[in-house]
Amino acid sequence: MMNHRECFKALARHITDADIVLPVYSSAFEWLDLGARALNYTAHGAMGLASSHGLGLALGRPDKRVIVLDGDGSLLMNIGTLVTAASTAPKNFYHFVCENGTYEANGGHPIPNRGKVSFAGLAHGAGYASVHEFSNLKNFEQQIGAVLAEPGPVFGVLKIEPQRPQQRDYNRIHGAEVRQAFKDAIKES
Amino acid sequence: MQAASASQGLSGGNIIKQLKDSGIEFVVSVPDITTAAGLLAPLEKMTSPRLIRVCKEDEGVGICAGLAHTGKRALLLIQQTGMLDSINAIRGVAVEYSLPICMMVGLLEKEPDVRPRQSTRYGVRIVEPILDAMGIVYHEIEGEEDVPKIKPAIDEAYVKSSPVVLLIGRRPHP
Repeated sequence: MMNHRECFKALARHITDADIVLPVYSSAFEWLDLGARALNYTAHGAMGLASSHGLGLALGRPDKRVIVLDGDGSLLMNIGTLVTAASTAPKNFYHFVCENGTYEANGGHPIPNRGKVSFAGLAHGAGYASVHEFSNLKNFEQQIGAVLAEPGPVFGVLKIEPQRPQQRDYNRIHGAEVRQAFKDAIKES
Repeated sequence: MQAASASQGLSGGNIIKQLKDSGIEFVVSVPDITTAAGLLAPLEKMTSPRLIRVCKEDEGVGICAGLAHTGKRALLLIQQTGMLDSINAIRGVAVEYSLPICMMVGLLEKEPDVRPRQSTRYGVRIVEPILDAMGIVYHEIEGEEDVPKIKPAIDEAYVKSSPVVLLIGRRPHP
């Protein structure tokens, strides 16, 4: 299992200012705490939809890498997205699920079938050709650059340690100013 | 809301022309029986607009939102059952975030030339009151005379950055 923050620090070293990153709930707060970026897209409107927003962004801006940092509970809420992404197959689409086995933003309750459901297996079954799974930080640090250099669609499972539920300021991820800032940034990029 | 009028039919080709004239580049769809033959079948043979098949309608709301941020126009082509299933996504993404999510919604089991609110079908009667409650603009597309409403409705959605629903009240012919 990887520490969420350390995993994202390693990932951030391979993200450029031109990339669009869509982090979800707990991952959004972890990602935002690493530093401001103009092309963070954190307002998804309804649980589970980040990967769908990401797919739309990837289709509309094929010149940019689109990186979704999903939650396991969120992905389970929109599991068909794996089939849609595999079918649509944008070469610039990278979908990672941060698997901590809990609805961390909703009280830390377990996801259904925690520890037995295989997100990598689901992605393979959906038709993804490129699927990766990481539970060791060193391996992740060594390989993530190459994973992000592959043509998409790419799916990755990041097995991370659950954290204690925390009170969060959700205006940081879907307030009106945050949404307008992304609209302005993508127009200019 | 604009009233539907009695008519003899609907041309899928004319609806598609309105979509193309509106600059729609993507059609995102779960098949709907009202529009399957007259709209979806011809659209799947075209390269533009590009057809994106999704597993569930709320996915389509997210995809259309992502596309809207890139300046690409999209249409979500679904059935009212799927729209009802996606109410929370429409609430959060389209309404609360004020995004131009354009939905073309086939009304399953609506009787031709009967206004949706007057339908004997519960699943049809409730659609417009729900859209009213959500503050979403909608138009009834019942006959050929309604088809010219489509382009201005889509243009207005993008100008105002707000959702719109085009209710297809009968099966268009291809």
